[in-house]
Amino acid sequence: MKLSGWGRYPVLQARVHRPRSLEALRQLVVSEPSLIARGNGRAYGDSAINTAATVETRHLNRMIAFDPQTGQLIAEAGVLLGDIITAFLPRGWFPMVSPGTKFVTLGGAIAADVHGKNHHKDGSFRACVDWVDIMGPDGETRHCAPQGDAALFDHTLGGMGLTGIILRAAIRLRPVETAWIRQTTMAAPNLKAAMAAFEAAQDSTYSVAWIDCLGAGANLGRSLVMLGEHAVRADMSLRQAQAPFRIKPKRKLGIPFDFPAFALNSATVRAFNALYYRAGAKKTDTQLVDWDSYFYPLDAILGWNRIYGRKGFAQFQCALPLDRSEAGLTALLSEVAKAGSGSFLAVLKRFGKQDSAFSFPMEGYTLALDFPVTPKTLALLERLDQITIDHGGRFYLAKDSRMTGATLRASDPRTPDFQAHRDSHGFTSRFRSAQSERLAL
Amino acid sequence: MTKPPVLILGARSDIGKAVAHKFAALGHPVQLAARNAASLEADKTDMELRYRVAVSLHDFDALALDTHDAFVAALPELPRIAVCAVGLMGEQSENERDVAAAARVMRSNFEGPASILATLANRFEERGSGTIVGISSVAGDRGRATNYVYGSAKAGFTAFLSGLRNRLAKRGVHVVTVLPGFVATQMTEGMDLPAKLTAEPSELAEAIARAVERKKNVIYVRPIWRLIMLIIRTIPERIFKGMKI
Repeated sequence: MKLSGWGRYPVLQARVHRPRSLEALRQLVVSEPSLIARGNGRAYGDSAINTAATVETRHLNRMIAFDPQTGQLIAEAGVLLGDIITAFLPRGWFPMVSPGTKFVTLGGAIAADVHGKNHHKDGSFRACVDWVDIMGPDGETRHCAPQGDAALFDHTLGGMGLTGIILRAAIRLRPVETAWIRQTTMAAPNLKAAMAAFEAAQDSTYSVAWIDCLGAGANLGRSLVMLGEHAVRADMSLRQAQAPFRIKPKRKLGIPFDFPAFALNSATVRAFNALYYRAGAKKTDTQLVDWDSYFYPLDAILGWNRIYGRKGFAQFQCALPLDRSEAGLTALLSEVAKAGSGSFLAVLKRFGKQDSAFSFPMEGYTLALDFPVTPKTLALLERLDQITIDHGGRFYLAKDSRMTGATLRASDPRTPDFQAHRDSHGFTSRFRSAQSERLAL
Repeated sequence: MTKPPVLILGARSDIGKAVAHKFAALGHPVQLAARNAASLEADKTDMELRYRVAVSLHDFDALALDTHDAFVAALPELPRIAVCAVGLMGEQSENERDVAAAARVMRSNFEGPASILATLANRFEERGSGTIVGISSVAGDRGRATNYVYGSAKAGFTAFLSGLRNRLAKRGVHVVTVLPGFVATQMTEGMDLPAKLTAEPSELAEAIARAVERKKNVIYVRPIWRLIMLIIRTIPERIFKGMKI
């Protein structure tokens, strides 16, 4: 069947398997020449596609055990983060680290070592993972943990499924008193101000900025910086505090068809950005926002990836080291503004320390942009790659759909070590994705 | 307030599982019935963890008709709602040539489900309450060359459900007939199904829970199927017999 990532680019013809038991999965692992696991297809590009054998884990999605003392949940890889929230938020638990969508599987979150708005404080997803069970090329299950098979653990977190099929894992949830977030919005007229706001907010649990990437000159890097804390009962009205985990069920908005290509152009994006910034700048105060709106605003628009039209879109996300962040971000944003290719969603975030074999984050700043796939934007992305490399940055493989192996190697000196680990354990020939082949990983 | 128990017959199937999840999520205790029920232990744990409801496992063989009375008698509590997701499609080409294979399909889709639902219906009638949900198929609306063995058994089951509903309408027992079109399950895996006509098992489960609550009689999952089947049923036989459909 035709398969693509969330960005709907590229689209590849692939054979898809949906095993319903470990035994069926094992048969595939030992008999297919090569394969890759796929969770809920939320990686943007071709990370979870193997044209010969893509193995969906959607039926391996059972919760196994929960310890209400420690908040440790053991579950199979196909469980969605949203399922975990549905089950455990009413009991006062929330994921320790969550990406911008709740529609990712546990296995996918581990493979991409996803990050959330609290990376500067709590680190990436691996910070909440106690152990992982993973099926190797021989069909055998291996248990890996930071205190056990640390090398396998280290290469699996952020390893994009290239170290085996993640079967189950133990993660720790965070105790929360309510389902609400106390959000503070600050308007930053330019990049310097936005970065200063992040630096001043190191103690906030959550921080993220929406950035107007069409702002140029004095407006370059114009942002709304949003800080958040888990609300406690005392923050709420008496009536709300009676049912602190209840939020109003939301109406889901669906995108029923592909938007035509002209729907998102620099004029419409510019107009939207100006309005959004002004609206945000007006309510620079603190308000209570429910968890779903705060963490997953885009999940409310089912199929939002269709607004980019039939040809799909490409994401760009880089991380820059702290000391070169300001220069790098200035260069990147100037290039985007100059090209006039409006990115509808542009997000800036401060990363904290990160120490791992192949995970994306590094201490500094990360910038995420997305563009409809056109020859013009693909050329722009090449230029953004080069700017990132020039400033010592690297790229997020869960978002990538088009960079070259040479770009990866120029940006990430850890690549040869990762490759060597794969080679020495017999992973390279067995666990392959369209992305790993493109990047010669 | 505790909700009444729901019995799922054919709980290992993708549809049976999805329906079990749906009712458990609504707070109902669920009774999962299938052959070799012990192998559903992991699903039991999963549902108990997610929904904090009681889940029990029960060995059940739809084709062992003489065990059905004892099966119902052994349930911890007579369920308020019983959903039958038992079924077997087989291969039409095999069903055409192999009488035994065809008989297995007919028994699995008609005889077995009708037998267990008849047993439950009588107990529900005695009690004066309950809802029976039979998952039949649009394939039963008209026999077609490509799957008439399966379709004829489903036609029998659909007629059985209709009659049962008629009989019990004044006895406090309601019967829902579910006519899914294509559903993305293990049964249809590998078939090239049109996405717009194909429902996920979870969609079916939502529709069933809604139908039970609103006392619907016959539901098509994805409304377009009502129209499609209306057209297929109204094509005159002299034209229909020459069609490749």
